[in-house]
Amino acid sequence: MTFNGWLQIAFFAAIVTLLVKPLGLYMTRVFSGERTFLSPVLGPVERATYWLCGVDERREQRWVVYAVAMLLFSLAGFLTLYLLMRLQAVLPFNPAGQPAVEEGLAFNTAMSFDTNTNWQSYVPETTMSYLVQMAGLTVHNFVSAATGIALGVALIRGFARRSADCIGNFWVDLTRCTLYILLPISIMVGLFFVWQGVPQNLGAYTETTTLEGARQVIAQGPVASQEVIKMMGTNGGGFFNANSAHPFENPNPLTNFVQMVLIFSLGAGLTNVFGRMVGDERQGWAVYAVMGLLFLGGVVTAYWAEAAGNPVLAQLGLAGGNMEGKEVRFGIPASALFATVTTDASCGAVNAMHDSLTPLGGLVPLFNMQLGEIIIGGVGAGLYGMLLFAIISVFVAGLMVGRTPEYLGKKIEAREVKMAMLAILILPLSILGFTAIATAVDAGLAGPANQGPHGFSEILYAYTSGTANNGSAFAGISANTMFYNTTIGLAMFIGRFLMIVPMVAIAGSLAAKKIVPASAGTFPTHGGLFVGLVVGVILIVGGLTYFPALALGPLVEHLSMNAGTLF
Amino acid sequence: MLREIRPAIVMILVMTAITGLAYPLAMTGIAQVVFPHQANGSLIEKDGKVIGSELIGQNFTAPGYFHGRPSATTDVDPRDPTKTVPAPYNAANSSGSNAGPTSKALIDRVKEDVEKLEAGNPGAPVPMDLVTTSASGLDPDISPEAALFQVPRVARERKLSEDRVRQLVQANTAGRWMGLLGEPRVNVLQLNMSLDALAKR
Repeated sequence: MTFNGWLQIAFFAAIVTLLVKPLGLYMTRVFSGERTFLSPVLGPVERATYWLCGVDERREQRWVVYAVAMLLFSLAGFLTLYLLMRLQAVLPFNPAGQPAVEEGLAFNTAMSFDTNTNWQSYVPETTMSYLVQMAGLTVHNFVSAATGIALGVALIRGFARRSADCIGNFWVDLTRCTLYILLPISIMVGLFFVWQGVPQNLGAYTETTTLEGARQVIAQGPVASQEVIKMMGTNGGGFFNANSAHPFENPNPLTNFVQMVLIFSLGAGLTNVFGRMVGDERQGWAVYAVMGLLFLGGVVTAYWAEAAGNPVLAQLGLAGGNMEGKEVRFGIPASALFATVTTDASCGAVNAMHDSLTPLGGLVPLFNMQLGEIIIGGVGAGLYGMLLFAIISVFVAGLMVGRTPEYLGKKIEAREVKMAMLAILILPLSILGFTAIATAVDAGLAGPANQGPHGFSEILYAYTSGTANNGSAFAGISANTMFYNTTIGLAMFIGRFLMIVPMVAIAGSLAAKKIVPASAGTFPTHGGLFVGLVVGVILIVGGLTYFPALALGPLVEHLSMNAGTLF
Repeated sequence: MLREIRPAIVMILVMTAITGLAYPLAMTGIAQVVFPHQANGSLIEKDGKVIGSELIGQNFTAPGYFHGRPSATTDVDPRDPTKTVPAPYNAANSSGSNAGPTSKALIDRVKEDVEKLEAGNPGAPVPMDLVTTSASGLDPDISPEAALFQVPRVARERKLSEDRVRQLVQANTAGRWMGLLGEPRVNVLQLNMSLDALAKR
């Protein structure tokens, strides 16, 4: 570990924290329907969209309608993306002549991008046409992110409103998020990426003759426009197989830094939106503090483990940390930080191969995802995941003192706690359930590339990443099979939609409640005690649920590595 | 609820038009005008022919050139399309080794590379990045230590003084961004091109 490494991590944390307030202010205006400085340009586009869709922007929806609108939109998106992939061979913008995508893979990929997961069972540069990359995958990078943010905002409205029937209009939230937040930042930062070396063209792959006279074919494409929304929307699906480790996706340390900030920016800003909308910014900062503490714990562990390196290699006379699967321009600190950030959020982009991380370095991303991606989290999804834990925490606190719990003036009753538990328990059911199945059947056991405990970790990581809608991988696993494409596709569906529906139900029932004025007996939810309690609940729930599985994978592997046992 | 079906279908089409066609095509148009070199992959031309990209590593094997890091990229086996064969620095199929830290295959491979490098330059410590595969398989860079490690071999092959070659390495070393972000590094293709330029003079 170096002083410079810690400085890079501190600098990152500082920049993200500085962005919380300005982004929060701007997003609050967008979701409150106020005019912004972009309204003169985007207002006509916004109104035209509503007119085409037949949406009355003033008409709000009850929670059931809001949820149905979201589900129908996701279904329409899933079907169009599936069709695009199946038909790409006969559609334009296909200079590399990619054939139709096979059914199982098309199902998996459509589900993956529809759920903001961006798990990739395929090698993009040898599978997808430019048309699919733009009109299919890039679109879902935008709308799955906007869907997540819209849901997050709907839950915030549930807390903020009193005795209300409705929680907003899904179509308006989706459109305004895409037009006023995602698109402008994408254009600005996308052009910055091009300037720094990220390609943006529609040309064929370049044939070159190298300095030594060999033939090298260089994949090209409209990379920058997808790269920026891939990070900001916490999508993470790479234009190329190596994702943000590819020099075309992430050419230098500065682009790498900007990418990490993009991953956290909107999710961090949403904590402030939360604070503003419930009328007390400190509530937002308390949530941000919980996320910040868990983030620091992860990044310190990952950086320590990666810098300590692999003792088996040290015995060969090699000095230094673990550089297998890492790029020289990023080095160890920026790779460990990226691995933490991408799994705290539900991004899943990688700038180093997670499969080659040290056991404890790889445990951090795994555990981050298993906690439900609430450390900043997926855009919108992180916030609602965290608020579910906040509900459980005030419930636990209420049990301790024997009072009906309240959060932000809303009484938390049996219905909310049941729904919150349902949403939280869905994740381990899918992660551990599918992992158990895959380790028991031949089709599952055929997947891992590595032997021993690491092979188990590869399977566990796959279902964790799918269920948590992350999309990063211990990529050695051969997941492009009917078994894995189908089961991971189902895990992604469960992790997204079966969590969302109870969450929207909570939003609806909270919105209908009155506000109870705070009294001397009210547990304050903006202070250190609350922050500590939530961190504790998250770690205990996560720790108890996943410890046995983690012991079989990364922990056994760590002990084996130190003992020099190879597989 | 049936009322929500029309917006669901029209909305995905509108969003496809805006974010899937207008946005990337407009970005491509602007990028091609404002940053044509970068937008087309930062390609390097020599005598009118494209010899590579500034950003993409190449598979150097000749002893008179500096070598990049090991690469785990593969290509389709020309004899059996269901299999793959190693094809280092295949820029149409980026990937890492995905070998875990307790993988016997990984340790054996590193051991073999260490022994080879030690034989070529006895006594000098082998730099970590020269025996570990990069994440993309296309890493254009090596650490300054990995470049300096190769100086004796390159100088011998090129019949240059070690000092002269070392100067070249230093001239091609890029620092951290603003002294803070990333790691110091040497772009192998650019270093080798300046070696060739030196030979011509």
